[in-house]
Amino acid sequence: MFSSDQSCWFVRKVICWRAVASMAWSVLLLLPTTALFVLLSRFSLFHPILWMSECLSLLTSASAIFSFILLCGVVLMVGFFNLEYYTVVPSIACSKIALLGQVLHPRQFVHSLVHCIMGVVVAWCCAFTIGGRYRSLGHPCTQDESSSGPEMCLNEYHLVLLLAGAFIGYSHSLVGVVYNMNYVSFHTMQQYKYLRFKGALPLVVKASAVQALYCLRSFLLLYFFMGYAPRAWICKTLDLSINSSIHSLDSVSSLLDLSLLYHLWISGTFLLLTWYITVLLFRIFVTEVYSFPVQSTFTEDAHQCLPKVITGTQPMILKFLALQDLALLSQHSPSRRLEVFSLSQPGGHPHIWTALSKECLSLLSDLTERLVAHHDTVATNGRAKSQSTGSNKRSTTSSEGSVTSVGMEDMKTPRPSALIRTPGSVFLRSSVGAGLRTPLTTPFTPDLDSPFSSPALRRLTGPLEPQGALSPGFSSIQSPHVMRRGPKLWSASTDSQLNGSPPPSPGPAPSPSQAQLKPSFLVTFLQNRKDQLPEASSQALFADSQVHIWALQGLSHLVAASFSEDQYGIVQTTLPTILSTLLLLQEAVDRHFKLPHTSSKPGHCSCSMGDDSYKTLRFALRSTLKTAVYRITATFGGHLHAVQMSAEHRKRLQHFLEYKE
Amino acid sequence: MCSLALFPPPLYSMNNVVCSLKPHSRQESSSKSAFRDHCETLYTRSAGAWRDAGLSGLLNEIANSSAEVPKWLGVSSSCVLALLRWVSSFHSSLFPHLTLSSEEMTAEFSQVLDWSDCAVRGFAWHPHTQKCAVALSDDSIKIYNPKSATTPTLKHRLQRSVAALQWKPLCASALAVACHNCLLVWHVDPTSLSTRPSSGCAQVLSHPGHSPVTSVAWSPNGPLLVSASPRDTALLVWDVAVESCVPLHRVGGGGVTYLSWSPDGSRVLAATPSSLFRVWETRMWTCERWPSLKGRCQSGCWSPDGSRLLFTVQGETVIYALTFTDNPGVPLMMSGGPKAATVVADLSETTLNTPDGDIMVGGEIQSLAWDPRGERLAVHVKGRPAMIAVFKTQISPAFKLLPCGFVQGEAGTEPRLMQFNPNYQHGAQLTVCWSNGKITHVPFCFMSAGNPQPGLGGSPSFPLTQGRPADYNNQTLYTELIS
Repeated sequence: MFSSDQSCWFVRKVICWRAVASMAWSVLLLLPTTALFVLLSRFSLFHPILWMSECLSLLTSASAIFSFILLCGVVLMVGFFNLEYYTVVPSIACSKIALLGQVLHPRQFVHSLVHCIMGVVVAWCCAFTIGGRYRSLGHPCTQDESSSGPEMCLNEYHLVLLLAGAFIGYSHSLVGVVYNMNYVSFHTMQQYKYLRFKGALPLVVKASAVQALYCLRSFLLLYFFMGYAPRAWICKTLDLSINSSIHSLDSVSSLLDLSLLYHLWISGTFLLLTWYITVLLFRIFVTEVYSFPVQSTFTEDAHQCLPKVITGTQPMILKFLALQDLALLSQHSPSRRLEVFSLSQPGGHPHIWTALSKECLSLLSDLTERLVAHHDTVATNGRAKSQSTGSNKRSTTSSEGSVTSVGMEDMKTPRPSALIRTPGSVFLRSSVGAGLRTPLTTPFTPDLDSPFSSPALRRLTGPLEPQGALSPGFSSIQSPHVMRRGPKLWSASTDSQLNGSPPPSPGPAPSPSQAQLKPSFLVTFLQNRKDQLPEASSQALFADSQVHIWALQGLSHLVAASFSEDQYGIVQTTLPTILSTLLLLQEAVDRHFKLPHTSSKPGHCSCSMGDDSYKTLRFALRSTLKTAVYRITATFGGHLHAVQMSAEHRKRLQHFLEYKE
Repeated sequence: MCSLALFPPPLYSMNNVVCSLKPHSRQESSSKSAFRDHCETLYTRSAGAWRDAGLSGLLNEIANSSAEVPKWLGVSSSCVLALLRWVSSFHSSLFPHLTLSSEEMTAEFSQVLDWSDCAVRGFAWHPHTQKCAVALSDDSIKIYNPKSATTPTLKHRLQRSVAALQWKPLCASALAVACHNCLLVWHVDPTSLSTRPSSGCAQVLSHPGHSPVTSVAWSPNGPLLVSASPRDTALLVWDVAVESCVPLHRVGGGGVTYLSWSPDGSRVLAATPSSLFRVWETRMWTCERWPSLKGRCQSGCWSPDGSRLLFTVQGETVIYALTFTDNPGVPLMMSGGPKAATVVADLSETTLNTPDGDIMVGGEIQSLAWDPRGERLAVHVKGRPAMIAVFKTQISPAFKLLPCGFVQGEAGTEPRLMQFNPNYQHGAQLTVCWSNGKITHVPFCFMSAGNPQPGLGGSPSFPLTQGRPADYNNQTLYTELIS
């Protein structure tokens, strides 16, 4: 259906160009940033004219151009890493072990290493620009009377600057993992790119200055205790000698040299600022709204239309942008809404509306199932560990049986037994290996990345479900959390399916060898080390809730608009399903917020580049959900009494109609 | 266009009192100095001054208590303070409103007439149900609901000098309150029986430099809330659920005083303390400037379809209108026509002959309110005595204003605040808060839009206006020329 080449058109045509544009802008912005850095780094209060002329001559010299080219290379590299590592669904470590696993992941190791090297390169450019005592690694010196002629001594100032660059580069990468720097969030408010950049620039400058200060503190501590090691190593490899007439820098008095501190700090700020600007521009460009055509006249463009794109799974960014576009079109553009409500020309079927609503509903019911499953696991105090494999098998068969017998309405209700997640933590996925996956994970860890989560099971039930109906299981293969960027150490067969080519005949393909997996000693050891971070498990449940928020907004606005704009009454046929899905989700969300460990109010964010809006997604979802139900009830009012629904839902809806929720 | 002369004389009194509130005797503005405790240590006082008035307050405190601090500290803080004042005098010569204290500022820019000695400081109807919130001068908020016996009273440590409040649309419980130095969003559970919801039910939204908050507005169909402060040049757009905000900075104006979101959600009016206002479109959040007024924009209101904006300017007695096309961000004036607002009504002082003698009506305009159906426009006129003039309006096919009548209270009372009830079935219902602490409802019963019914229309003073309906009701005050 959706092979990789089809989903690639978006990456090829849009995402890559957006990334290239953001990199071009960051290179352009490097010019003023570098000029500012030169001015600030050579600042002298008492010789302003000399200062200005020196800076001008430096900026126009050929060697400065060389280091500028080096900096451009670094910025391009950072931009490339942004493109390669970005994610729209943050990976939330539910325990400290999982966090450690993320940090030690080979992919992350490459990231850290490259950033470390780039930090050294930037620091070298800084050292070169500042000049003076920082200029080169060695300097000629005359040792004691015994030596004949000048020999090269180590310039420790230069070394300290380079090491600081490496340290800041590494800590940038490390902090990036902990605070999900690679997470790209979408904004509720649409703004033009320039205005958004202008608004965020002061924050970025502040964040980089503060971050550089913190890094500097840690670096100086580290250098104070461990500084002799790199110094001795450099001296040995480069055959430099240490000038004994100058005190070495790893003493309190020499490290508290104000000029040195200032230069280290300004270099660190410059380094972080250029990188942060690159990250910022990338985020701004990549989250820009993309307007998909609702329907196309030519069949060869059909795969680029909203109804097709929205059901796709790879890449995730495509699905996100499609849902964002849906939410916006439902709100702002009546002409595109008309296309959604239109009928297909030969046949007169509401294909577009059916595709869109089905996808939104399946996303929402997927979330409901996830919440119910989480609630059940928490209620049983996480005792389901060792039985999870067995129960999965059993539940699979039972749900198979039920699917054949129940109608569409029943499929809307969650079947928690079929959906117990068997999550694997990041750490286990990444470093322990494929064999030790299922049984050793705690049910607290709702790992969205696990290829072994319910879609694999639900694929069994797939062919039995009515394909035309709005069943939650129908598009389960396309559920968003399965398709995520990132390493999959699972099996190749699963990966190929995850990449978007499900087998044409998804017959009973039992998930491989669950029974063979047995907890080993290491596993139990790790199990005990996994103290759960309760807040994190709640965050992880809602990690991709931005799509649900858009689905809710899109659905509710479309339904509300259909009251006056839907000429053929196509929305009415799905109204009962939509209402019951929303009410079920409402119930599940309410229950989730009543759990003891979930805070009921969003915490306040710290000022740093890491985007922590994923932490508050659940609050946004809760409020959007309520607003969505109210939007429908406020529009339809008493007409909703004519809609068929269960007594419980009717009661619930009555509360909404009376504004008592 | 001497319009008020066309009005029927105001000769009735309304007795439709809903609730009566005792006027509060405490003067808020003067209490602070009276209660300062001078026995506190310097540290405590400095901390308090820092919290209340920032850096200048801290320096002031240190400079004033020279006996307790080292000499160099006192002298240096006096120097810095003098420097700060010198610099800020430049700034405030540009924007004179910055010299006002916070409470004076709230009183100046509030939509309430004489905010500081008014018993009712804010009033808000719920957009969907018969429920209203009333902010009192003792900084508490009461919520009245005819269907429930309990009257919750909202109090919060940070809920001081309430300037405005508004219920969240498409929600049963959320109420945004503009306070002294923050925004509070209360979540009052409508089914709860508690009369004193705890302060845990309130979300506190604060942003450095954003105080005092004088105006709030919810987006009619979304989760966004905008807030304005005359000291902050930025308009803050809050995503309340996640408590995050996006400041929208623009050069000029020196602050934002009043906000009004158009009922269709597409535009926001943002008035500034100087002779400039902006109209933001909410799709991409760009704005257009409307400079070169005679004074600052005092009040404004939108037609129900969001296509027309009526606004008034401080120091003038006329109502201006702006027309917007469907294309967001480009008003008619910009795309071709004269780039200016049209004067649609003049409320300058006139004398009306009544059986009891001549009375003066008209004057400067305090606020405007347009009923949700777009058929009645209430204009709160400051003159002596202050009163409310009501116009009949017609939006389509052409914009029309017709005189309707005056709303006056008991003898010796002035209207202070007014709002239309969005849920009145039989026409329009204006709720007026009076200077004696009473709140009354003034119903206007009429048939729905399209064909105005002269007999049923008219002001609520039935016996008097029905005598001469033809004279007044068919006299068109302003009609838009359709070219």
